[in-house]
Amino acid sequence: MRWAVLVFPGSNCDIDCYKAVEALGEPVDYVWHTADDLSAYDGILVPGGFSYGDYLRCGAIARFTAVMGALVKAAEAGKYVLGICNGFQVLTESGLLPGALLRNNSLKFRCHPADLRVENAATPFTREYEAGEIIDIPIAHGEGNYYCDEATLAELKANNQIVFRYAGSNPNGSIDDIAGICNKAGNVFGMMPHPERAVSELLGSVDGKRMFTSILSAWRESNGAAAR
Amino acid sequence: MFKATVYVTIKENVLDPQGTAVQGALHTMGFDDVERVRIGKYMEIDLNTTDRAEAESRLKAMCEKLLANTVVEDYRFELTEHVKEGV
Repeated sequence: MRWAVLVFPGSNCDIDCYKAVEALGEPVDYVWHTADDLSAYDGILVPGGFSYGDYLRCGAIARFTAVMGALVKAAEAGKYVLGICNGFQVLTESGLLPGALLRNNSLKFRCHPADLRVENAATPFTREYEAGEIIDIPIAHGEGNYYCDEATLAELKANNQIVFRYAGSNPNGSIDDIAGICNKAGNVFGMMPHPERAVSELLGSVDGKRMFTSILSAWRESNGAAAR
Repeated sequence: MFKATVYVTIKENVLDPQGTAVQGALHTMGFDDVERVRIGKYMEIDLNTTDRAEAESRLKAMCEKLLANTVVEDYRFELTEHVKEGV
């Protein structure tokens, strides 16, 4: 399985994402925002950080880069797309995921471990978790307050698109305690917490590792066990 | 030339944590008459066109695509024509 980690000016979790995939023993490339073709990749990570300095709105400018045009095509083709933190903001700005991320209701940048409840363990991103399981994944954001209108929320619930909720106190005021959602097709997923920062005991948690192994096993299953 | 002033505001039904914090500060300072604060963005854009209708449709496209996120924000703009100095 070939992986890409998109890099925008101001991305700062790209190396963490790269290392998380590298640890799986899978081939992974950094892909600069000027690239206009992602067809070589099976899984695409949109990393955290502050793309374009968060100018105007988080993710608003990154969304119009060449690589995002290619990402939309890849998403339509059913490739796995995972947006983390600023990557989630980029995915909502681009319309690949519904809703928007607002300023935390505390107005504080929140940076600490967070308990998440796995609400949907049937996605390609969460298949190695148990439904209802509580996992420990760090957060680090100032604009993670997920918002959508009532009709969209009802649709998210009806289609099982709410993948993670905050299990402890809600750190940002997100609607319905949402921490991560996927699209209707299930191949595009965005979350505020950072699974790539929870892949080793040295980092304090290994609970993020199964997100990457989930994607890999989902890809292997749909492409034949021998495929790489 | 047209000069556009664009206002982007958070939708009425969406929480504005910044506005709420500023409102609280104003109350603390003794401005008890403050009932509500909403914080938005103000932008100035110079457009190199002489066609008002075209300027309006271009600005609308800019707002819809980039300047505002219409999921959570409203926008409005004003256009004023002005002649370049020295022309």
